[in-house]
Amino acid sequence: MTKTMLSTVAALAVTATSAMSEEVRVYNWSDYIDESLLQQFEEETGIDLIYDVFDSNEVLETKMLAGSSGYDVVVPSGTFLQRQISAGAFQKLDKSQLPNLDNMWDVISDRVGKYDPGNEYAINYMWGTTGIGVNIDKVKEVLGEDAPVDSLALVFDPANMEKLQSCGVHFLDAPVELIPAALNYIGEDPDAQDAETIEKAEPVLSAVAPYVQKFHSSEYINALANGDICVAVGWSGDILQARDRAAEADNGVNIEYYAPKEGALMWFDNMAIPVDAPNPEGAHKFLNFIMDAQNMAAASNYVYYANGNKASQEFLVEDVIGDTAIYPDAETLENLYTTSPYDARTQRTVTRMWTKVKSGT
Amino acid sequence: MRRFVLIAVPYLWLLALFLVPFAIVFKISLSDIALAIPPYTPTLKDGLGALLAGLDFENFVFLTQDDLYWKAYVSSLQIAFISTLVTLLVGYPMAYAMARAPEEWRATLMMLVILPFWTSFLIRVYAWVGILSTEGFLNQLLLWLGVINEPLTILNTNWAVYIGIVYTYLPFMILPIYAAIERLDESLIEAAEDLGCSRLQAFWLVTIPLSRNGIVAGCFLVFIPALGEFVIPSLLGGSGTLMIGKVLFEEFFSNRDWPVASAVAVILLLILIIPIILFQRNEQRQQEAEQ
Repeated sequence: MTKTMLSTVAALAVTATSAMSEEVRVYNWSDYIDESLLQQFEEETGIDLIYDVFDSNEVLETKMLAGSSGYDVVVPSGTFLQRQISAGAFQKLDKSQLPNLDNMWDVISDRVGKYDPGNEYAINYMWGTTGIGVNIDKVKEVLGEDAPVDSLALVFDPANMEKLQSCGVHFLDAPVELIPAALNYIGEDPDAQDAETIEKAEPVLSAVAPYVQKFHSSEYINALANGDICVAVGWSGDILQARDRAAEADNGVNIEYYAPKEGALMWFDNMAIPVDAPNPEGAHKFLNFIMDAQNMAAASNYVYYANGNKASQEFLVEDVIGDTAIYPDAETLENLYTTSPYDARTQRTVTRMWTKVKSGT
Repeated sequence: MRRFVLIAVPYLWLLALFLVPFAIVFKISLSDIALAIPPYTPTLKDGLGALLAGLDFENFVFLTQDDLYWKAYVSSLQIAFISTLVTLLVGYPMAYAMARAPEEWRATLMMLVILPFWTSFLIRVYAWVGILSTEGFLNQLLLWLGVINEPLTILNTNWAVYIGIVYTYLPFMILPIYAAIERLDESLIEAAEDLGCSRLQAFWLVTIPLSRNGIVAGCFLVFIPALGEFVIPSLLGGSGTLMIGKVLFEEFFSNRDWPVASAVAVILLLILIIPIILFQRNEQRQQEAEQ
C-alpha cells in the first residue's frame, strides 16, 4: 500500500515538473522534416518539442474542428487552410514575433494568399505538385520502351492500367487531388465546383480503379522504394524520397517523378496556430525558427520539397534547387493549376463519388 | 442500503460508460452539419429551446436513400460472421487441447495465448502487412518451397481482412472456451463412454453442449468488435473492402459530417444490441424453465 502511495506521489511530482518546463506541440505531415532540426530547436530555445505526424488533411481538419487539439502548430494544405480559417480554427499571426518573415518568397506567399488573404493566419512551409512516381524499369518491361510515363494517360487509360496491375499501382487516397486530375485529363476545368462537371470524373476513375492495388496517402513511399509497386500517383517530394531510399538500399529499383505534361496540381502546406493553442508564444518561436533560411534549407534538402522561403535558396543543394521536379522551370510552373475548397454539399458529392470509385458501390 | 449500493455500482457503470456517450452521439445524429467548432448545429450554447427545436431525424432518412450504407452493414455482418465462424473452428481445438494438456503445462500454454497482447495491436496488424505483401515473407516462403510460381496477392484483399480478424481475435475465442472445458468434469465423459458412446459421440453429446457458454461468450467477444472493425480493413483490406467502420471514418473525416457519422454509429449499435437483448432474454427464460 505504502509503495503504491509513494509511486503515485512520485508520478505526480514528475507531472508537476514537466508541466513547468515550456513545451510546444507540433502536428505535421509524416516524412516531412529533417529530424535533427527538432533537436536543434530544443537546444536553441530550451523548449520541449512534441512532434506528431499525420498523413491526411482530413484527419487534421477533424481535430481542428473538434477543438482543443492541444497542438500549437499545425500544417494544413491550401483549401483546408481556407475552410478552417472560416470555421474560426486559427488565430492571426503576431508578425512582430516573426522577424524571419522577411525571408519569405513573395511568389509563393501571393499564391497562398488565395487561401489566406494577406497571409494573416499562416506561413508557407513547403509546396509541391501531385504527379506520378514510376519504377522506370518495371514500367518499361510491362508497357514497352515508349511507355507514356510523363502523361496522365499512364494512370487514366484503362489499357495501360490493366497491364500495370501486374506490377502494382497505388493512388493517393485524396479525392480532392485525384478528381481534379481526372477532370484535367478529359479537358474539363480541374477546379470545377459544380456537381455536374465533377461527376464527369467518375467514369474516368471508375474505369481504372479495379487495377489500383491501394488508395493510400503514405504507404507508397516504401512500397515504391521496395519495388512492391511500380506506379504511384503521389506527392512530388514523397516520390523523390522513395527514389532516394531505393538508391540508399541499392536494391536495383530506379524511381522517377513526373509532373504530368497535361498539367499538375500545385499545392501548399502552411503552418498555422490553432485558436486554442496552449502556447502561442512558443508556436511563434517555432515558426520563426522554421523560417530561418538555413533551417528551411535543411528541411528542403532532406525531404525534397520546394519551400516558400526565398532566403533559403542559397543554402539548397543542387539536387534540390536544380531539379525541375522540385523547383519547376517557368514553363512547367505555367502548367500547374490550383484548386479551391468545396462547400459541404459538393464535398459530400465528392466523397460519395470517391467511395463509389474505390469500392464499386 | 448496502444492497442498494451493490446494485447501484453496475448501473452507474452502465450510465457513465454507455448511456451518457450514447446520448451524446444520438444528440449529434439529430443535428445538422455546420462549418464551425464543433462542426454541427445546434449545440448547448444555443440554449435548450433552440437545441430541441433544431433536432430532427433527417440524417436517418438520408441513410435510407443511399444504398451504400445498407451494403456496408450487410458486408460487415458477413465479414464478422465468417470470421467468427473461422475463429471458432480454429479456436475450439486449441482451447480443447489446452484444457486437456497435462496440468503443469496449462499455465505456460495460457501464457502463450496471452503473450501477443504484450505487443501493441497496431504493430501486430502492421506485421501482417510485411508477412502478406507481394514481396513479403509468406510469398517468399511459398515460392522457395515451390508451392507457387507467382506471388499471391493476399494483402489488400478481403482474404487479408479475414486473416487479420481471425488472428487478432483468436485469444478472445480461446480463453472463454478453455475456461468452460477446463471446468468440465471428466467423469462425465467416462460415464458417457461406459454407457456405449464412442469418443467422438461423447465429445459431441457431452463436451460441446457443456462448453456451450464458453462458445457463446467467445463468439460474442469476436463478433461484436469484428463488426465495427476499422483498423484491420483499412490496413490489410483493399479498396473494395466495404465495412461500416470505414464508412463511418469517411463520414467523420472526409465529409466532416459528424451528424451523419453519428447516425451510422447509432444504427450500428442497434444492430448489435437488439440481438444481444433478445438472446439474453431467451437465456434467462431457459434458466428459469430449468429451475
